[in-house]
Amino acid sequence: MNFEDNPQEATYRATVRSWITANAPDFGALPVEERRLWHPAHKEMARQWQAKKSDAGYACISWPKERGGAGGTAIEEAIFSQEEQRAGVQHHYFATGLKMLLPALMEHNKDELSMALVPPAVRGDAIWCQLFSEPSSGSDSAGVRTQAIREGEYWRINGQKVWNSGAQMADYGMLVTRTDPSLPKHKGLTVFWIDMKAPGVEVRPIKMMSGDDEFNEVFFTDLVIPDSQRVGEINGGWAVIISTLMNERAAVGSITGINWRDILKLARETPGDAGSVLDDPAFCDWLADYYTEVEAIRLLSFRTLTSLSRGEAPGPESSAGKLLWANGTQAMTNMALDLQDRFGMIDDPEVAHRHGAFQHRFLWSPGLRLGGGTDEIMKNIIAERVLGLPGDVRVDKNVPFRDIPSGR
Amino acid sequence: MNFDYTDDQKALKDEARRFLAAVSPLTVARAALDGADHEVMAALWNRIAEQGWCGAAIPEAYGGLGLGYVELCALAEELGRSLCPVPFASSIYGFAEALLVAGTEAQKLALLPRVAEGSLVGTLALSEGPGTLTADRIKARVVGDKLSGVKLPVTDGGAANQAVVLAQSETGPGLYLVDLTGAGVTREALSTIDPSRGGMRITFDTVTVEALGAPGEGLALLERIEQRAAVLIAFEQLGGADRCLEMARDYALERYAFGRPIGSYQAIKHKLADVFIANEVARANAYYGAWALSSDAAELPLAAAAARVAATNAYWLATKENIQTHGGIGFTWEADCHLFYRRARHLSLVLGGPSVWKRRLTSALEAQVLREDTEGERA
Repeated sequence: MNFEDNPQEATYRATVRSWITANAPDFGALPVEERRLWHPAHKEMARQWQAKKSDAGYACISWPKERGGAGGTAIEEAIFSQEEQRAGVQHHYFATGLKMLLPALMEHNKDELSMALVPPAVRGDAIWCQLFSEPSSGSDSAGVRTQAIREGEYWRINGQKVWNSGAQMADYGMLVTRTDPSLPKHKGLTVFWIDMKAPGVEVRPIKMMSGDDEFNEVFFTDLVIPDSQRVGEINGGWAVIISTLMNERAAVGSITGINWRDILKLARETPGDAGSVLDDPAFCDWLADYYTEVEAIRLLSFRTLTSLSRGEAPGPESSAGKLLWANGTQAMTNMALDLQDRFGMIDDPEVAHRHGAFQHRFLWSPGLRLGGGTDEIMKNIIAERVLGLPGDVRVDKNVPFRDIPSGR
Repeated sequence: MNFDYTDDQKALKDEARRFLAAVSPLTVARAALDGADHEVMAALWNRIAEQGWCGAAIPEAYGGLGLGYVELCALAEELGRSLCPVPFASSIYGFAEALLVAGTEAQKLALLPRVAEGSLVGTLALSEGPGTLTADRIKARVVGDKLSGVKLPVTDGGAANQAVVLAQSETGPGLYLVDLTGAGVTREALSTIDPSRGGMRITFDTVTVEALGAPGEGLALLERIEQRAAVLIAFEQLGGADRCLEMARDYALERYAFGRPIGSYQAIKHKLADVFIANEVARANAYYGAWALSSDAAELPLAAAAARVAATNAYWLATKENIQTHGGIGFTWEADCHLFYRRARHLSLVLGGPSVWKRRLTSALEAQVLREDTEGERA
């Protein structure tokens, strides 16, 4: 049991740490109103940082050089990610493309046209978004209705996607369509990449309960694309989807945002029955349990790093992290309101503790339990893939898609 | 970076699992419930001692193997899985650690080699009545070098020949080494929720004792001893919790209801996924504790409390949901589920209950934040 790098890893860490110190941009120097995710100035600073990393061989480190990577190892990539996070300059504008979508694209397509899309994404010059979920296809991720009909060497696409994070800023999207409704659900799907600025693509932001609007609906009206934009086989889209989801899980997660220190400090500053809330046994009991769960997320990432350092695939431990993080954040922000009593309802940035960060996160936290696999889906995954329990009875499994009953 | 057992440690752990499956299947723990046969238990202890496990973490200078604490954690995990009904925890995580933390060189040289070979079994005799252990609740008293008072429950107090006793002195509570086989010591068996780790009421009537550490510093020393024991017991808890999850999973695969395995229902799958997550949380925190213990890190107070809190939570969830998954059969005496249910609560109380450790963890977190604030200002 040790957290020390081996000599080679330690040298690499020292090198990248000093490189980051010398080269990283100062996001704190932006005016306050620009210092937030998706603000054009903030995004531009992130893009320049990504390009600088790419030039120095620190973007997509484990990818081959001809794809814009650095031909390095998974452990080097993980070490760089840790150091980037430590320096507070890691943002997730490019993560959907670089962690999930492009690895799947490279796995399923080898043609020149597709491969030409990769290096610009590595440099941050192109942002990718995921176009998977639909109003009737959320957890039931193979229940896609967006239709693609073959017209010679082209495909005509009509339908709607939803919950598309960052689609308003994206240059490219990876789109799942139904190409044969006479086949069972998983078997009639085909994946394409599309230009988000093409005619027939309309992005409409969705305002979330937290007031944020980085999610979108995307509508396709007679979008026509060449067959050369197909990813994988016709009706073989499920394999591509599985690749993206596996890549998502293999990515070493980084948990940022409000943590146990912040609520401990809030409790320390909040008057209790005697002294501060930090002297309240009920709060201490809660904090102890919460700490062990969120600290486990950090510690489990060290187990993932251990696997990478040995050149092995990460174990099942990473599947617990998302559930712990989502539920922990909701519980923690809820507790932050409770411990301030009536004052906890104030989210006015001028008045509230930490400018209302706890309240904002509280209103955001239900989404954490839904996005990227709901709690229920994550538990099914653990039960079936880790514990080996049988899948649920699926009444729609061998039925042609068009004959599957649908509700409203 | 190796936040895991090494290959050698894994080999030791695998070997321990095979050995315990052979010498201590669950029928042995069950037999202890129906009334322990002292000769059988003594023979089992000798088999364990012959493996050298008692001295795994005791330095070679004191007759141990000096392998290290991670090795001892690996053994603890397997002992916890097997429910092996021996006084290993009391003697090794409790008594031996007390000597290592508080003993003089002469005390260590005199006693630890015998602990390491298993010929001396020790335990801790701390509580006297209901409530958490505080200075004002300790009535046992040492006057001169004579101890009088009553301790209960003393886990493994029947198997032990020596004990570390917490008692008042002129300068406040202190720790004392006591020979339990000497004159003035009366031992009476108590029925406890986990008879596989029997408890005793021990009455001391002007018994000759020897101070372990400075009298008056007993509670501070005890907290350090308990931190070390907490990490080791967390591994026993983890081993037990993992086995409960495996039992529940196996049963959910073989038991059919409404025409299909109960493990195909989300009610069962999600329940067992929750247990899996709690066990992973316990494992991560226990490993951190093992790191802190084996590297003598300043983070030990925090890491030990976190390991104990997480392991206690996990074992409780795993053991109660194991019974629930088994349904009615899980509630019978014949099924093995209750052996773990009993052991889970024994382990969660034997070093002080959850509220004590949650308070210790919060204090350690507060101290860490203060330290970080100070360092931040300096930087």
